[in-house]
Amino acid sequence: MLHRKNLITPLIGLVLAASAGVAAAQEQFVPLLSYRVGAYASGGSGIFGGYIDYMSYINMKEGGVNGVKLAWEECETEYNNSRGVECYERLKKKGGGAALVQPLSTGITYSLIDRVVVDKVPMVTLGYGRTDAADGRVFPWVFPMITTYWSQADAMVKFIAKKEGGDAKMKGKKLVHLYHDSAYGKEPIGVFQAYAKKLGYEFTAIAVPHPGNEQSSQWQQIRQIKPDYVILWGWGVMNPTAIKTAQRTGFPREKLIGVWWAGAEEDVIPAGAASKGYTTAAFNVSGDKLPLVQDIKKVVYAKGKGNMEDESRVGSVLHTRGIVHGIITVEAIRKAQEKYGKGKVMTGEQVRWGLENLNLDEARLKALNAAGFMPPLKMSCADHEGSGLVKFQTWDGNQWKVISDWITPDKKMLRDMIEESSTKFAKEKGITLRDCSKES
Amino acid sequence: MLYREAGQFKTSYAADQQIFPIRQDRIGIAIVLVLAFVAVPLFAKFVPDTGQYLLSAIFIPFLIFSLAALGLNILTGYAGQLSLGTAAFMAVGAFAAYNFVLRVPGIPLLVAFIAAGLCAAAVGILFGLPSLRIKGFYLAVATLAAQFFVVWTLVRFPWFSNHSSSGVITAQKMVILGYEFDSPIEKYMLTLAIVAIMAVAVKNMVRGTVGRAWMAVRDMDVAAEVIGIRLMYTKLLAFAVSSFYCGVAGALYAYAYLGTVEPEAFTLDLSFRILFMIIIGGVGSVLGSFLGAAFIVVLPIVLNVFVHGLNGLLQSTVQWSLPGSITSNLELIVFGGLIIFFLIVEPHGLARLWQIGKEKLRLWPFPH
Amino acid sequence: MAFFIETLIGGLLSGVMYALVALGFVLIYKASGVFNFAQGALVFFAAATFVGLLETGLPFWLAIVATLAAMVVVGLATERFVLRPLVNQPQITLFMVTIGLTFFLEGLTQMIWGSQPRALDIGIEDVPVEWLIERFNISVSRFDVFAASVALVLFAVLAVFFQKTRIGRALRAVADDHQAAMSIGIPLQQIWGIVWAAAGFVALVAGIMWGARNGVQFALTFTALKALPVLILGGFESIPGAILGGLIIGAIEKLAEVYVGPMFGGGIESWVAYIVALMFLLVRPEGLFGEKHIDRV
Repeated sequence: MLHRKNLITPLIGLVLAASAGVAAAQEQFVPLLSYRVGAYASGGSGIFGGYIDYMSYINMKEGGVNGVKLAWEECETEYNNSRGVECYERLKKKGGGAALVQPLSTGITYSLIDRVVVDKVPMVTLGYGRTDAADGRVFPWVFPMITTYWSQADAMVKFIAKKEGGDAKMKGKKLVHLYHDSAYGKEPIGVFQAYAKKLGYEFTAIAVPHPGNEQSSQWQQIRQIKPDYVILWGWGVMNPTAIKTAQRTGFPREKLIGVWWAGAEEDVIPAGAASKGYTTAAFNVSGDKLPLVQDIKKVVYAKGKGNMEDESRVGSVLHTRGIVHGIITVEAIRKAQEKYGKGKVMTGEQVRWGLENLNLDEARLKALNAAGFMPPLKMSCADHEGSGLVKFQTWDGNQWKVISDWITPDKKMLRDMIEESSTKFAKEKGITLRDCSKES
Repeated sequence: MLYREAGQFKTSYAADQQIFPIRQDRIGIAIVLVLAFVAVPLFAKFVPDTGQYLLSAIFIPFLIFSLAALGLNILTGYAGQLSLGTAAFMAVGAFAAYNFVLRVPGIPLLVAFIAAGLCAAAVGILFGLPSLRIKGFYLAVATLAAQFFVVWTLVRFPWFSNHSSSGVITAQKMVILGYEFDSPIEKYMLTLAIVAIMAVAVKNMVRGTVGRAWMAVRDMDVAAEVIGIRLMYTKLLAFAVSSFYCGVAGALYAYAYLGTVEPEAFTLDLSFRILFMIIIGGVGSVLGSFLGAAFIVVLPIVLNVFVHGLNGLLQSTVQWSLPGSITSNLELIVFGGLIIFFLIVEPHGLARLWQIGKEKLRLWPFPH
Repeated sequence: MAFFIETLIGGLLSGVMYALVALGFVLIYKASGVFNFAQGALVFFAAATFVGLLETGLPFWLAIVATLAAMVVVGLATERFVLRPLVNQPQITLFMVTIGLTFFLEGLTQMIWGSQPRALDIGIEDVPVEWLIERFNISVSRFDVFAASVALVLFAVLAVFFQKTRIGRALRAVADDHQAAMSIGIPLQQIWGIVWAAAGFVALVAGIMWGARNGVQFALTFTALKALPVLILGGFESIPGAILGGLIIGAIEKLAEVYVGPMFGGGIESWVAYIVALMFLLVRPEGLFGEKHIDRV
């Protein structure tokens, strides 16, 4: 029999000693609910790597946000709801309170929606999560910023229409929505159907059951329909499998348009040469030649403080998406400091004000070395999306090439849809709408 | 010496057959209940930060998973029918509770929970029908049909999520007799009360006719049939009761724990975790369900905290630490390794360790 | 009609891929009564190790040999350190221990080879067979045909191994009755070691085929789920059952998805295979070729 007691006591001592060293003054704490293990580990390591790299960059280059250093702690969620909740609960009060939280998992986002309201911690979800949370009157603490799934679906239709030579040419065209059979994949169907009515294309939705590593029947259906375009709303292994199966059924990859969660190196490299010509949406530009990425390499990686273990992934789609997460975090804190005192540690409530008043116009992006890197963004109390702009990129076999300008979705139509859904939610839940005219 | 039933004479059959025949057990249960109902909330009240974390991130999920494990233990541990569809029955419970509260105006919450449990029980009976013909792993894999079919149904038919654009349900407020259960303490107390009552109910069930019939079927179903136990009735009853428990656990999972849930939250992985709880805790043991749930809920968190702490120590002493991908994978490896280790050391689970401990206590301090 | 045949052929070919994974389960279950859920993780481990070694610049065949060696080591270690101490425990405990092993292997694989998905090119282009398209307008993937041939060769090799060699006969003896096999002097543990090594080899083949098809990544562990309905249909203990079960499940799954799926909005593939297998079991509770157990009181 082992002498368990003798083992455990020093271990506890170790843990206590270690956690005591973390706390320090004048630090703004950001909890990171990361996942670096399991099926989605490559996504987690890329995005959280970029996020951490940008925060290190601000700390090392500017000494933090107006002198307030950023501090963070990672907690492994395994992309699992209960683990995510535990991590959030563990970290939310740490280091003077979380500035904001970005869960990077739709399931965990849902689990935290009620909690962040009570704890007054803003939750930012970039390009995932609940679309109708863009209505800040109903969801004051949730920020599906930059673009939502509906904006993306809208932009996809606009992109295809433009490629075909105008809205009028869409009449009689066939569109297939090949989607991950889950709430995520079903979310944009409403938008596609609305446009099908408006533009007169034929729309078919085909579901792929999770995990999507076998799609021959779906692609046989597609071969039968002979669509002009296939929209790939996939996730994980479903993406390379779809690209490969497209090739084996002879469907041209140029006509395969992916969602941004199907638009990273990790999605096309496993499919090998079959991916050439495949196009996806994106809400930021990638590549390691970008000035901001170059600067991060110079400031952070040259000193060996970079977070990515595989340096060749620096500047990849997911890594740069992580940088966008970092920019949003830092800029929200900076904006909040403008109102509540420069060089002070902000509370979650103050950061929320910063998010709602965030205005990253071209000039500001230029100052951040990020002109053209991400779309300009203007938030308000009612509009928690702020931009809605989407670009498209094509995989040329080696790297992503941007092939479009920022495409603006039909904000009015989408806003109506969002408000319809959010007010229904508010009614169900008994939430009184926030009066945005009274907010300053 | 402390734990000894010598001298506790029973003078009636009723006394001999009570749920906890030994006085020390009764005292022990009373202490646990007092701790859970009084000490924990008091602690949470006076140490709000830690208390709130413990309640909402550990105790509430622990209780809910215990309830689900209890349900599975009825089916697998007592009636001997292996099932991998636990999460599906939880999903039925969660979505049914939501729809009852939404669509039946003025329905009391607890009634909705019971109705949700009954829905789950009905689905359980449906997927339990094959158990009349199929046994062992064939049955286990067949219950996977429930797992995939239920989740598919909930995603496919938007009626279940009230046509929510995101396909998720958001649990309504928990109001019982006009009192709103909102804070972690209140949610904890409600969950605890439900779990405690249902646990005692199981304890009672398994010592009676029903439980004995289950165990007879588990040990040898042909023999059970020969002595006059109706196999179909007994097996389906086990499926129904088990699914009822899982259904209520699912409803609590949505209402008292996560708040907003998507159908995909009820994955096969969750079913496996609950199966782990009863295997590690102890098959065919009420106590084991709780011990196993505690083990599976707490172990990954302890590992995470420990590895992080160790890494922080490395960072502060030698200015070097393991990268995130290594530590995360290390946690998973250790988790898997510990499960293997536990099963090898005690294949009958933690409850068996407790039993051995009790035997020792019985003899202590004079083991010879 | 062409479309029906195309779907059928596609389904049968996918079915062979499922059978490939199911085969690993059968080997171990047959010999030791362990329902080895870690087979999916073994597939992932094998494929990741193989690609990882290729990336270090090892030639193709050397990489295969090295990976095979690694698989044998993992198999033997599993037998020695995980299953041997658990001999005579209830089946469910053995099943759970293999899930523990799954976590262990998943963590180990990602720790060694990283979490990045990789491409695996084995030189067979995944395009439709041209003359079939031109003559009959039937699209059949060239890669799938190749994979199916590889699988058939593998099945043949295993069949010969089981029927004609000394070890094979010993294996069958162990599968029939442990006690009797032991009493006539068959070294039980050695046989189990060999079976685990063989399962590792099958996992490697499955890993290369699936990896070349969809990329080498964590999701390879999910291939196990595709094998489960095949197993209950074909019987846990039968190699021909795994093959035939795979073909039936593959065909039914695809035909159902294409012809019945649209009525319900699609996606029924996730459960239809299980329901079909279930229906079948109601008629024949031990699967196609499973052994019939007679209960004695």
